[in-house]
Amino acid sequence: MSTLTSTPTVGDAPARPCTFYVLALFFAAYVLFLYGPMLCMYVLSFQGEHGALSFPMRGVSLHWFHQLWEGRSADIGGAVTRSIPLALAVMAITVVVSVAAGLGFRRRVRGSSALFYAVIVSLTAPGYILGIGTGLMFSLFGWQTRWYTSALGSHLSWTLPFGVLITFAVFGRFDAAYEEAARDLGASPSQTLRLVVLPILAPGIIAIALFGFTLSYDEFARTLQTSGPNNTVPIEIWSMTQNVTSPTIYALGTVTTAISFLCIGAAIIAVAVIQRHRRAPARSR
Amino acid sequence: MTPQHKSWLQLAPLTLVLLLFVAVPLVFVVIVSFFRSDGFDTIPAFSLENYTALLSSSLTLSLYLKMIKYALMTWAVSLVVGFFVAYFLVFHVRNRSVAIGLFLLCTVPFWTSNVIRMISWMPVLAEQGVINSALLALGLIDTPLRILLFSDFSVVLAYVHLFTIFMIVPIFNSMSRIDRKLFEAARDAGAGRFKTLMLVVLPLTNSGVVLGSIFVVTLVMGDFYVVKVMSGGGSASVVSAMYDNVSTLLFPPAAASAVILLLILTVLIVVLTRFVDVRQELVQRS
Repeated sequence: MSTLTSTPTVGDAPARPCTFYVLALFFAAYVLFLYGPMLCMYVLSFQGEHGALSFPMRGVSLHWFHQLWEGRSADIGGAVTRSIPLALAVMAITVVVSVAAGLGFRRRVRGSSALFYAVIVSLTAPGYILGIGTGLMFSLFGWQTRWYTSALGSHLSWTLPFGVLITFAVFGRFDAAYEEAARDLGASPSQTLRLVVLPILAPGIIAIALFGFTLSYDEFARTLQTSGPNNTVPIEIWSMTQNVTSPTIYALGTVTTAISFLCIGAAIIAVAVIQRHRRAPARSR
Repeated sequence: MTPQHKSWLQLAPLTLVLLLFVAVPLVFVVIVSFFRSDGFDTIPAFSLENYTALLSSSLTLSLYLKMIKYALMTWAVSLVVGFFVAYFLVFHVRNRSVAIGLFLLCTVPFWTSNVIRMISWMPVLAEQGVINSALLALGLIDTPLRILLFSDFSVVLAYVHLFTIFMIVPIFNSMSRIDRKLFEAARDAGAGRFKTLMLVVLPLTNSGVVLGSIFVVTLVMGDFYVVKVMSGGGSASVVSAMYDNVSTLLFPPAAASAVILLLILTVLIVVLTRFVDVRQELVQRS
């Protein structure tokens, strides 16, 4: 197949067509639209003590972060110590369940189509409705909703569809011949999984882990009716939108986005390292 | 163990989670939609009164009309933006690493909090916000524009901001799969660049467009917090009305409304997927 570099554009003209510049400008505008408001919010979270919710900046301070830390408007510390373990648990379960399902979906067994449609329902059904349903299920069974039971389950109904869709994209390129070869060479099923299948799928697995963590960490609609007596971070953010009218909420936005960025950065670096590792022996060949 | 049994075993955990946290909860929503409520308690019953109340209320119709209006506007804008962003990344960026980097640049915000991204529009759109200050400073307006925030405009803007990525990714996927030899063939057959776009790129991008449309429309139709915050309480959606019911513990009417919305969404998705084999679309690789 011709690569992007060898066949440059639709027009094959050596010089860039004028539409390139128009679309490049369009793309730049989209990126500005995407990041501009967020950047404004980060800057405003460093607003001075007497500053307001919008520009101009009245000095620069960590006052609002301090306010946030003091916990005057919400129990952020507590929420973070729940949201992060929850996201880690959701991430681990999402990786294991999605990879297993991805392996299972390669064969079109009876029932797999129905299960696939269940995945699509889980992805497209309004999260708030699924949350209400899970909350009702718990209350009618007489169980107490908790962030580590009901919210964990409803987060999985959001992260698993993404995990499964990623395995579809990754496993589509994964040749079953590798597994056969490993078996022919005398590998046990667990050795095949550990030494052949998982290393090949590693970048996809990191992507699933990234989706699992970040989507759970930021999940809001499904959590409202399922988190129980103790709130997660997005629920605290939500209650702040309802009653806080100071830049504290921007400070919280900056802090929580920084946590997300750390995860995204870690995942991207991990994938880059794996890819480099792979390319190195290939070049010497 | 036969290969079939092995596959079933591998699919079992997913089946279990979806049964427990999607199927059973939805069954409970349906059951509770027939219950009665007396303002404090939810009383088990088999009553159609929630449905008759919903279907005979003029409020329901206006909520649905509003929702459809938001969904159509968001869909149209995100389709145009998503198509051209994907087109630029796939066909105009020559270096593959650069293309992947720019693609990631579009995806990163998706991995951060939606509520926070929505709130970040406040300092931009407010009366003393960035846009109004800039327009005033440039002398383009005399008084701050009030329609920027807490209006239909700000609601749709936030939807486009949050959901366009769901349009970009499927379209990007379809476009990446188009065989570049087709462009040579089209050129040899005398098609110009515009004709190639209309007759080669568009038809082959169809399935991505349909998939992206399903995502964007269902996301808008399932939203309650964007419409609540960005309209300043001035507008409501079907799900935000549900939210108001639930906050006053009126679960049965909310459940009935949920059942009706789910039915409408199901019909919509079934109709749209007539045009595309979703599973095939996701598995098939160039």
